[in-house]
Amino acid sequence: MKTKWTWAAAAVAATSMMANAQAGTLEGVKSKGKLSCGVSTGLAGFSQKDEKGGWSGLDVDVCRAVAAAVLGDANKVTYKPLTAKERFTALQSGEIDMLSRNTTWTHTRDTSLGLNFAGTIYYDGAGFMVKKELGVKSATELDGANACIQAGTSTELAIADYFRENKMKYKAVTFDTSDQTRSGFESGRCDFLVSDQSQLYALRIGLKNPAASVVLPEVISKEPLGPVVRQGDDAWFNVVKWSVNAMIEGEYQGVTSANADGMRANGKPGQKRLLGSEGDLGNKLGLSDKWAYNIIKQVGNYSESFERNVGQGSPLKISRGLNAQWSDGGILYSPAMR
Amino acid sequence: MNVPQNQASTKKVAFFNNPANRAVIYQALLMVGLGYFFYTIISNTLANMEARGIKSGFDFLWGTAGFDILMSLIPYEPTDTYGRTFIVGMLNTVLVSSIGIVLSTVVGFVMGVAYFSHNWLIRKIATVYVETFRNIPLLLQVFFWYFAVLSALPSARQSLSLGEAIFLNVRGLYLPDAVGEPGSGVVYAAIAVAIAAIALLRRWAKRRQALTGKQFPLLYATLGLLLGLPLIAFLLMGMPFHWDYPALKGFNFQGGITIIPELMALALALTIYAGAFIAEAVRAGVQSVPHGQTEAARSLGMKEKQIMNLIVVPQAMRVITPVLNSEYQSLVKNSTLSTAIGYPDLFTVFVGTTLNQTGQAIEIVFMTMAVYFVFNMLISVAMNLFNKRVALVTK
Repeated sequence: MKTKWTWAAAAVAATSMMANAQAGTLEGVKSKGKLSCGVSTGLAGFSQKDEKGGWSGLDVDVCRAVAAAVLGDANKVTYKPLTAKERFTALQSGEIDMLSRNTTWTHTRDTSLGLNFAGTIYYDGAGFMVKKELGVKSATELDGANACIQAGTSTELAIADYFRENKMKYKAVTFDTSDQTRSGFESGRCDFLVSDQSQLYALRIGLKNPAASVVLPEVISKEPLGPVVRQGDDAWFNVVKWSVNAMIEGEYQGVTSANADGMRANGKPGQKRLLGSEGDLGNKLGLSDKWAYNIIKQVGNYSESFERNVGQGSPLKISRGLNAQWSDGGILYSPAMR
Repeated sequence: MNVPQNQASTKKVAFFNNPANRAVIYQALLMVGLGYFFYTIISNTLANMEARGIKSGFDFLWGTAGFDILMSLIPYEPTDTYGRTFIVGMLNTVLVSSIGIVLSTVVGFVMGVAYFSHNWLIRKIATVYVETFRNIPLLLQVFFWYFAVLSALPSARQSLSLGEAIFLNVRGLYLPDAVGEPGSGVVYAAIAVAIAAIALLRRWAKRRQALTGKQFPLLYATLGLLLGLPLIAFLLMGMPFHWDYPALKGFNFQGGITIIPELMALALALTIYAGAFIAEAVRAGVQSVPHGQTEAARSLGMKEKQIMNLIVVPQAMRVITPVLNSEYQSLVKNSTLSTAIGYPDLFTVFVGTTLNQTGQAIEIVFMTMAVYFVFNMLISVAMNLFNKRVALVTK
């Protein structure tokens, strides 16, 4: 009898204690020695796995940058591939430390999910891809057509708005992963595929005959993509936010992975402050002085990462466009690094 | 529970040692403990969610959904509410489950009986069917029908067609739809009258046979009533129906009835998978009837069909019905594999898109679990009633 009551008391105590779980992601990551980062199940240029099992992409580079800043080693990351439907629950439940999975920063997500968006890594917008044989030149000719969409994305809402605005009808055929969406488009289940522009280029490369499909000029929505963290953990929010900013500021200051060592020793004041040989920016984040140096040395600045993953150095060949520095006609702008 | 009188009178039992009192006390304590346990879990969850800034409550159901759903049995527009997406999804679940239950029963009984065929080929087909489809994971079968079979169909502009009325392509199966004109109500009424007449006729024929031993040709009478009455009404009212044929307009076929490939693939996979299990249950049920019964019936001069209908099947049903119950329940639960191919049922629409757009995971998952729970309880109740009818009545 006595043991039974002990068990019952233990069970009640255990449920009461759950309340205090997971505060302090930064300490958690430091003590684990590994960053757990949620990425996509495979999207060229953003997060994809190579034959050897290594991950690469623009989103992956954000994970690597945070790991470099916190742990001093960009390789200390455990990647958790997630579908669009799983991603927020994985972050809310604490299964991952941060989410870097081509996720659009929207008002609803920011305010009602208990999450915070820690910046924008890629300014995107939803667009259309059609087969050339249809002879469609503009999205306004798509009345009555079938759309292939990935389920649970903000694109699902954007396209409904667009067709309503233009008084057109469509049928939404949804799929779980972007690979399935592409094969649905390829099999002819739908007339067009709608997704973020960057993904359209990535998906187009994966088609059996990329030349037979064309991306339409219309961009129908704002889709700023960025990393996400849990709300209520400001120290960790700051770390992720400023890791992204360090990559952007690195490009602006002209610091690259190749010249970071030299600049750290004898660069301009702004460069030295970024790289930690002057001031104590790292300390204020609860990190070492070399936090941004490690990011740029091991991952590269924004431009290096962009060109390697989605730009001219990649099969996607996306031009910088909106994603250029503000000084080059884009809208990338890091707050002051001082 | 009753303490023998003589003992009670000689020796007074302490209140706490009375087994009846103890049982009540312990059960009450257990209830309080359980209640406290669930209260703690629920209040803890709510407190945690509030602390992390996650919204809770069911207000979201009245918010505008803003996304389209591929197929809906009731009118649905993206401007409708999240609550309506729940209903749309639930109806689509009911649709695919009902199709699956009806067809898998037919397939299962045909294949289960085919096992006893005197024809070697038919017997082997039944065996191969059961052994193949019972042993392949259902998810793979769903993928097979969707991505391997239906995706390989030609595009909309090169559809396979049957008499320019039925079209089959990668977008689905298009059938002509019979559209009622004024007067069509009479035809529907005639169908209802025919069904009622058949029920009465069957009762009368059964009673007559019990009293006089005379048999009535029920099958022909049933068919005659079911086809004849509506046909007469149809002709009398001046054929109040016309066909709405599907036709290629713009990107898609318009008009008629569209059966989307997602529904076809899921219904096919569920039917064939559950059918294999039901076939096994039917085989087991038929084999459970001792062979002596068949021989006895034969020696009484009954025809093979009568032996099957009057001797074997009623007894076999006692074995088959409980298995059917659990097969139907599994089928409903297995219909959630819809999410793999995007068939817009409750799981795909509500737990998929709606959950993602609102982020209210706990409420949505709870509502969805409640729906599947209720569906399965309903199936269970219906099958238990049926089981009572077929169970052995001991006198």
